Amino acid sequence: MKSVVRIGAASAWWGDRIEPARWNAERGDLDYLCFETMAEATISAAQVRKRRDPSFPGYDTYLDDRMQAVLPGCLKRGTKIITNQGWINPDGAAERIVYWLKKLGARGIRVAAVNGSLITERVLQLTGNIMENGKPTATLADTLVSAEAYLGAEPLVEALKQGAHIVVSGRVADPSLFMAPMMYEFGWDALDHDRLGAGNGLGHLMECGAQVTGGYFSDPGFKDVPEAWNLAFPIVEAQADGSAVLSKISGTGGAVNLMTVKEQMLYEVHDPANYITPDVIVDFTSARLEQTGTDRVRITHISGKPRTPTLKVSIGCTEGYIGEDMFFYAGPGALRRAQLAKTILEERFKIVKLDAEEVRIDFLGVNAIHGAMTPRDAPEPYEIAVRVAARTRTREEAIKVGREVDGMAVSGIGMTGKRVPHQDRTREIIGVWSSLVPRDKIVPSINFLET
Amino acid sequence: MKVLLQHLAHTRSGDKGNTSNIAVIAYAPELYPYLKQQLTADKFKAHYAGVVTGKVTRYEIDGLQALNFVAEGALGGGVSRSLCLDNYGKALSARVLSFELDVPETLRKNLRNFG
Repeated sequence: MKSVVRIGAASAWWGDRIEPARWNAERGDLDYLCFETMAEATISAAQVRKRRDPSFPGYDTYLDDRMQAVLPGCLKRGTKIITNQGWINPDGAAERIVYWLKKLGARGIRVAAVNGSLITERVLQLTGNIMENGKPTATLADTLVSAEAYLGAEPLVEALKQGAHIVVSGRVADPSLFMAPMMYEFGWDALDHDRLGAGNGLGHLMECGAQVTGGYFSDPGFKDVPEAWNLAFPIVEAQADGSAVLSKISGTGGAVNLMTVKEQMLYEVHDPANYITPDVIVDFTSARLEQTGTDRVRITHISGKPRTPTLKVSIGCTEGYIGEDMFFYAGPGALRRAQLAKTILEERFKIVKLDAEEVRIDFLGVNAIHGAMTPRDAPEPYEIAVRVAARTRTREEAIKVGREVDGMAVSGIGMTGKRVPHQDRTREIIGVWSSLVPRDKIVPSINFLET
Repeated sequence: MKVLLQHLAHTRSGDKGNTSNIAVIAYAPELYPYLKQQLTADKFKAHYAGVVTGKVTRYEIDGLQALNFVAEGALGGGVSRSLCLDNYGKALSARVLSFELDVPETLRKNLRNFG
């Protein structure tokens, strides 16, 4: 058994940078490299795209870029890869990874595809109520796009036990992707909640990549990090007792310190003593942190409680459309012109009978981000964007927003700045609801490919 | 003396559905008791009036010298439905930096980037 397992992050979401993944593969001296590539609505969005475009393969659209960046380094070092880039097609993603492995002349590499999280056809039978509003999930039947259960680390560990070098899955809880190697290497039992709590806690610190190495952090004069344009992704050196050191490769920007670790530890956490994952309930309140060197933080005493009998299910539904656009004012009087523009739009929306659930007209530079919290005495900015958005049931209604902004060009008011109309100003909304499914109803399966 | 929270603590917000969590973390252990005493859930909610429409729950993590505020109804219906340009509420944690606290003059040296 290894005494320390080195696990590096390779992405924190679909749009993440590619280069830091390559650095970790080439210079991280890693046992494992893990990719997290999804957001809440990723699976549903992929289903919608697949319906419209049958040629869409259904896995991470950056799979080729990411694999080309990391496979040479990983093959050289013998670094195993865990990734949720399979989205709605883990088997297809595995085949594509094998394609890149063959191109590199790799022999005897075993790639596992983990399926079983997609439960669209069965979700209304398996689930009871919607967590957000208490209504039965059956109320979603007409708008249902996709449903997936959040798998834990167990099927990933099973794939590793069966000799996988690369494991590609659909929806797996983010921390579980990073904990699976610890569980496998240290032989942690699936019901050992102390160690799994620690491991999932470490996974939570890793799952957002650069958010623990100085990203989403800098505030000049208050929180500065070196070379904020050159951030590395984190590396965790985990030990069998669930303690670890968090670090990053040298020669890169950013920082790993008590502040970055604390911020990430509480990121997207509600009750910090009861952070529920498919594997365990994590308790962060017992954690102890110590800066042991430059960009090195030792983490101990994250603890755990027994896992719940259920798994979380995300249910994606079509919920209409958003139409949005913006135009601009500058110089003395920018705000008074913006205010008149707002009045004109409000009247125009009445004239064209815009049928919207909600309309929002903001002044970017004044109140577009903090809305009603903007202080009344905030100084008038030199430049303002008027930004208008409406949520509607149909695309036809949503289109009216952009059409009325078009009208502001020649029928509006003086000195209105505008963009060349260059983009689709409507988008479809996929609302995400949550529910719970009994754990024993979800049975993952694993398919293996080999070069 | 009156001091803005930005000199006592750093913050980060995260999203889950229509709920935003905003962590407030003391720059120094000496400052934490003042945050804990003065930045109550009610005061927090009042500071976010007009944006946070639901319940605010405060969790205390003494070991990290941090408070975690869980604000329901803060994200305009949720990331995908929200008409706010900042769909995820990533910038929401900046609001609490302007919360005013009363701290003793003797703690001046512990304040971040102050005077």
